[in-house]
Order: sequence, then structure tokens, then C-alpha cells
Amino acid sequence: MHEMSLCESIVQIIEEQARTAHFDAVRRVVLDIGALSAVDVAALRFCFDVVAAQGVARGATLDIRTIPATAWCMACAEVVDINRRDDVCPRCGSHQLVVEGGDDMRIKELEVD
Amino acid sequence: MCTVCGCSEGEARIGGQPLVGTDAPHRHDHAHDHDEHGHAHDHTPASAHHHYGTGPARAHAPGLSQSRMVQIEQDILSKNDGYARDNRRLFQQRGVLALNLVSSPGSGKTTLLTRTLTDLRDGLDLAVIEGDQETSLDAERIRATGVASVQINTGKGCHLDAHMVGHAATDLDLRQGAVLFIENVGNLVCPAAFDLGEAYKIVILSVTEGEDKPLKYPDMFHAADLMLINKIDLLPHLDFDVGRCIDAAHCINPGLQILQVSARSGAGLDAWYDWLRLQRAARLLGRVVPATV
Repeated sequence: MHEMSLCESIVQIIEEQARTAHFDAVRRVVLDIGALSAVDVAALRFCFDVVAAQGVARGATLDIRTIPATAWCMACAEVVDINRRDDVCPRCGSHQLVVEGGDDMRIKELEVD
Repeated sequence: MCTVCGCSEGEARIGGQPLVGTDAPHRHDHAHDHDEHGHAHDHTPASAHHHYGTGPARAHAPGLSQSRMVQIEQDILSKNDGYARDNRRLFQQRGVLALNLVSSPGSGKTTLLTRTLTDLRDGLDLAVIEGDQETSLDAERIRATGVASVQINTGKGCHLDAHMVGHAATDLDLRQGAVLFIENVGNLVCPAAFDLGEAYKIVILSVTEGEDKPLKYPDMFHAADLMLINKIDLLPHLDFDVGRCIDAAHCINPGLQILQVSARSGAGLDAWYDWLRLQRAARLLGRVVPATV
């Protein structure tokens, strides 16, 4: 359910940008969502349409790119991609992974009019 | 923009009227470009109550020009994180240990908290920010212990955010060396993402829940610094495997510290109180603490 709050933050950032970068409408919003960020993408899309219904982001499409999470595998001494916090190393099967990132949620860019 | 805190968030509106029994709440209502927006600041800590709803109604100014790309590169939670930084700075300046208590509904969070307050109130300055979707029932339970508390009602919201906590904190008289408990909305998912400016996140899991909960809700257990396994007095009646639960939690968060307690029987509470005193003392190292008379 916090997707609603996230969408309010997204719309707020877009509205601030609209004032400073001088645009009146947004066609496309490009988001980078980390694989471990606890976001349900379907819920995010649904909430965005609701929250954006009144403002400058009305009608904009969400272009969501899922960014794989990475972890340092102690056994392999390598950085590996993971998708869940309890994943094992895809190379050697070890549990000794130090998750290094993947919970970021960023607005990358906007296509605006 | 609000001149008290600079807040400009559309959802940050005080929905509830001033509570019956409060002392002349300071209220300021002012028009925003999008909506009426009011804050009630009640400076009576023992009875303060904030209500947050949702639903900004924003103006729309259509216009057309050529399409272009605007690079933003901004964290979606940057606004919350900014408020969280402000809160953290405030707590650090005042030498306040702020703790964010998170759990599912029904884990015994409020019972554990009231027991803790009752046992520690004579030796420590304590304060509570209580988060629930609706009602001030929990804040009343806290006040019954004699400890000041502020109730935040999130309305439709499923978590506390740093902005709400910043407002609530100004309603509390936080003295140097105080311990501030922030009891989050009962929810093991959403509060994981929202930094409140706390020193530590404490996740409470009761043995009447599943021992695999850390695997089912990994984000919260990953974000937590301390896990309290509560209601251990019920273990003889349940199939809950404490060892498996601890293994599951360490699978998600190898550095997670774990204590087993029962708010009802009092088992394990001494270790929890030691943990609190140690963290508090660590925050006060190097400070000149005014001598208490």
C-alpha cells in the first residue's frame, strides 16, 4: 500500500520540476526500481494513475526499469546479481552473500511537453 | 508553504478537530495554491493528536510545446529522507535515543511498550510517538503509564513518515538523554522503506506468528537492527521453533541482534532494558549531561 505514498512523492517531484524546468505536461516518466525495493510494480502503476489524475503528470505513462540487485559473494570473491534477499550465489550456491544494493527507487528522466 | 516547518506536502493535512480536553491548541490555517491546508499544533504533550489524510487536489495549467527529455535523477523518497535527516539532527543535538518499533498487528508491541515504560520511567526520561491508522486508544494506554505521548493517525496511510514524526516530536518536551519510542503502524511491509530519523529500527515478532516470517517479509527484517521475539511465555503451548526463526532472520540479516522476551511474564526483559540503557549511554558519550537534582 505504500505505493500510494511513493506515487505522491513522484508526482510532487514532477510538479516541482514542472515549475523549475518550465513544462506543462508529462508524456513519460522513467523510473529505475531496484529488485529489492519492496515495490509492487502493478500497484505502483495503478496508484500513479490515481494520484496523477489532476496535475501536470496526468495521462503520463510509467516506464519502469527493474534494476538487478548485486551482492558480494565471499566464496567466489565476485559481485553477483541477485533478485531476492534470501537468494544464494548464482555461481556457487553459497549463502554467504553481502547484499550491496538494489533497493534504490529513482526518477531517472521525464519526457515532457 | 507552512511557515512553521516549511512543509508543502498535499497529503499533510490535519484532518481531526482539536481534541476535547486539550489546552487551547495553536492552530494556523492558510491557503496553498492547491488546497486549504491547516495544522493544529497542540502543545500539551500528554494529549496531542495528529491526523493525516490523503488526497491532494492540485491545480492544472495545461499548455503545449515540443516534447523534450528532462533528466531528474532523484530518489523517490528524497523528500522523506530530507525530513528524516532533520529529525536525526534534532535527536542528535538533544542527545535523544529515538527507536522505531515495527511489527505486524497483534505482536504485542503496545503491551511490551507499556511494560517497558512502567519499569523504566523512574530512572529515565521517556516519550512516545504512537502511530495508528485510526483512534487514540494506544496513546491513552501509554498515557496511563504517566509517560507523555503524541498520537499520529495516518488515516488511509499504512506507515509513519519522517514528516509526521518531525511534527509530533515538536509537541514533545524531549530532554537530553531521553528515550523516544516511535511505535509505527502495525505492518511488516511499508514502514521498512520510510526512514524516520531513528537511531535503530526494532522489529517485534511474537511466537504466535510463523517462525518463517523473516523470510516472508525480508525487507523489514533486513532493515532492522534488533529483533525482539515476544510472548515466549506461550512457547510450551505452541509448535514455534525459536532456532528456526533465528536462522531465518540471520539468513536475511546476518548482523541482526535478537532478544527473547515476554511482556506478560517479564522473562528476558532485563536484557532488553540493558540494551536500551547501553544504547542511550552510547549516545551520551562525550556530552556534558546536566546533573539531575
